[in-house]
Amino acid sequence: MSKIHMRVYRGNSEGGQLKDYDVEVAEGMVVLDAIHNLQATQASDLACRWNCKAGKCGSCSAEVNGKPRLMCMTRLNEFAEGETITVTPMKTFPIMKDLATDVSWNYEVNKRIPPFTPREGADWHWQQKDADRAQEFRKCIECFLCQDTCHVLREHDKKTSFAGPRFFARIASLEMHPIDGLDRTELLKDQHGIGLCNITRCCTEVCPESIRITDNAIIPLKERVVDKYYDPLRMLWSAVTGK
Amino acid sequence: MSENYQSFEYDVLVIGAGGAGLRSAIEASAAGCKTALVCKSLLGKAHTVMAEGGIAASLATVDSRDSWQQHFSDTLIGGNFGNHWKMAELHAKQAPERVRELEKWGAVFDRTTDGKGNINVRHFGGHTYKRLAHVGDRTGLELIRTLQDKGVHSGIDVHMECTIYALLKDGDRIAGAYGYFRETGRPVLFKAKSIIVSTGGIGKLFSVNSNSWECTGDGFALAYLAGAELADMEYVQFHPTGMVWPHSVRGLLITEGVRGEGGVLKNNKGERFMFNYIPPKYQGKYAETEEEANAWFQKVVVEGQKEEGVKERKPPELMSRDVVARALWNEIKAGRGSEHGGVYLDIASRRSAEDIKKKLPSMYHQFKQLADVDITKVPMEVGPTCHYMMGGVKVNPETQESTVRGLFAAGECSAGMHGSNRLGGNSLSDLVVFGKLAGENAAAYAKLTSMPKIDDSVLAGLNKEMNQPFENKGEVSYAILADLQTAMEKGAGMYREESLLDGCLKDLEALKERLKKVAAEGNRLFNPGWHVALDLRNMLIVGEALARAAKERKESRGGHTRTDYTTYSKDFAKKRIVVRKKGEAMEIVQEDLPQVPAELEAELIKGGFLKAEILKQLRGEAPAH
Repeated sequence: MSKIHMRVYRGNSEGGQLKDYDVEVAEGMVVLDAIHNLQATQASDLACRWNCKAGKCGSCSAEVNGKPRLMCMTRLNEFAEGETITVTPMKTFPIMKDLATDVSWNYEVNKRIPPFTPREGADWHWQQKDADRAQEFRKCIECFLCQDTCHVLREHDKKTSFAGPRFFARIASLEMHPIDGLDRTELLKDQHGIGLCNITRCCTEVCPESIRITDNAIIPLKERVVDKYYDPLRMLWSAVTGK
Repeated sequence: MSENYQSFEYDVLVIGAGGAGLRSAIEASAAGCKTALVCKSLLGKAHTVMAEGGIAASLATVDSRDSWQQHFSDTLIGGNFGNHWKMAELHAKQAPERVRELEKWGAVFDRTTDGKGNINVRHFGGHTYKRLAHVGDRTGLELIRTLQDKGVHSGIDVHMECTIYALLKDGDRIAGAYGYFRETGRPVLFKAKSIIVSTGGIGKLFSVNSNSWECTGDGFALAYLAGAELADMEYVQFHPTGMVWPHSVRGLLITEGVRGEGGVLKNNKGERFMFNYIPPKYQGKYAETEEEANAWFQKVVVEGQKEEGVKERKPPELMSRDVVARALWNEIKAGRGSEHGGVYLDIASRRSAEDIKKKLPSMYHQFKQLADVDITKVPMEVGPTCHYMMGGVKVNPETQESTVRGLFAAGECSAGMHGSNRLGGNSLSDLVVFGKLAGENAAAYAKLTSMPKIDDSVLAGLNKEMNQPFENKGEVSYAILADLQTAMEKGAGMYREESLLDGCLKDLEALKERLKKVAAEGNRLFNPGWHVALDLRNMLIVGEALARAAKERKESRGGHTRTDYTTYSKDFAKKRIVVRKKGEAMEIVQEDLPQVPAELEAELIKGGFLKAEILKQLRGEAPAH
């Protein structure tokens, strides 16, 4: 057992501040273990979400020394000896209490995405290589760290006009499903504001599931929007034929 | 104290939003009922996401010999005939349809490699043939996300981060539920014609477990307090392969898929010890030498040959979990364990690094990130971990209704399907098969009945109970939780005996006294210390039911192993232990367990699905251990 120094955000929707703690830790521990130790010994009402403690549910998202991370997958031995570990809630979402934020907006966005819609008469036999593309996005554990880091949401708070990387990955999983027959391009352009993404790849960097959100989801979806709505030849054709 | 509570009214209320809860809510809503789903966490975070290996169904896409009869027989043998046969039958018959339905709802299962583009299936412990549809090693996430996305477009009201503290009744029938929103601490009343509890398991009662924090046995305790009977509470599954090191991740699950993909178990002498532990019920079905097991592995796993044409039998690492867990325990106890008190699970010397990363990505990730261990290079250290509760709310096998009118149970929360030991992959299929049935029948009942009445005066009493920790001045909840886990591990864990169980019951009594004085700091706003204090009531009820049932069953069977009664007993083979509330006391009774009808049993034996002598052993009529 040794001790580390932590600073943890304590507060609610009305405000708060970082509080200092010395915490007992043991070999192999992760940040979430340290938070649990705090709850058990010094701050029983410290709010934080967690479920599986195995990087599979995406509940314990927070910012550790300013970086969006899953607390259960952040080992304490990543930090230098004597380094203070600061844990704050995700900045993009309103604070509820301490490390718990109000992420309900994400669930509202999800509701607005038209669900899986199989093509009529589709052949339900398909190959692994066709499954691979959709499966990459279906690895998403909805930790919302990509939403947290995305500057369109974080700095510009465009929650009313931008769905964010999580939901571009979700739409990509549907659009690239071998059996899905729906076209969500117009929605992507208008309601979900995919044009606002300027491909800084921050979302891909923080994804704990290593989903290549930017390259494999957002860029191909942007291309679909461009092909359909901004292709100069197609625009000319439309102007001439009225189609 | 009267408090300002929020109030809702529904035809069907589903408590718990894992696979079973989501599936039943979808069904109830599709039947035209106004339906709500209550979850303790955010939607999509339930323990179902942690299921790795797959969902069992006799799709026969890889091995054409598979059938519902074989799945049914495997389930009964795996459960050591402690199962309610009717549930096991319904499950085996309906699982394939439920899996295909998930695909229709958008699930993307891995495909077969024969070019036919079917759903691929893999081997798992206790299943005769390849039978588990899967998505790499994250099948549970696929299942929950598919149901979640289907659910949000089904007109279901979802109440997230809401804990139910009590079920309410109108006379003999269910009438509603009362609880609080975790975020605000504000009380909430749900009036409902029918209620489904699908709150999952009890892993958090033990110090070494594979479960999420939510698995505190709420549904068992809520149903018990409402007067419903519980059954089979002594049957607890200890999964053989949990992580053992570092200490902070002790118990975390390592999928059985590692063994399905060729992983082998070794002791500190480098011996593959499982050959020494083949029980009579599995003799003849598993390889008896390393050469035979290796030949099978080479042909079936590496080369992908069809098993129909392979004469060798599969390795004994693929026996059911109860058998493998006991073998591990023995090796560790005999001093042949690994450095940190487990045994070795070796996939590194069996498959290429590339294959391991492709087939078991999250295992690779988990070890690399949490233990600094590269499983493509060195063996993992593994040991038993509390994983699953076979027992639960006693239900009508065809309707999932409990012994309380209007109260239903599904998934891990209900008893009967798995008997004394669950086979891997049978949980995800259980969730969707019985989730659907519970939803259907809860809806049918709701349509026939009027909205029950709720006596408001009860709510004041519940508020007082829920607020009591803020009035108390004693210790906070966490130490009580830790001591409960130690007491259960010590007294009612993998190996049990009369004196240990008595000790456990005594410890639980002392913990109950401490819980009366438990204090909560701060206020009701998102306060985990307070939440744990309230969950502890449920955990103590479940712990007591478990220990009392374990004391009553004087034999060893599946997930219930007694060092003082080490064999199957004729006296208990056809009995189930039932727990119910009588006044303030817990009553334990033995009931007859319905048996497979003679004609069906004869048919299964004739078809070669079951062997008469194995049945005799499991019924305690012939030696078996």
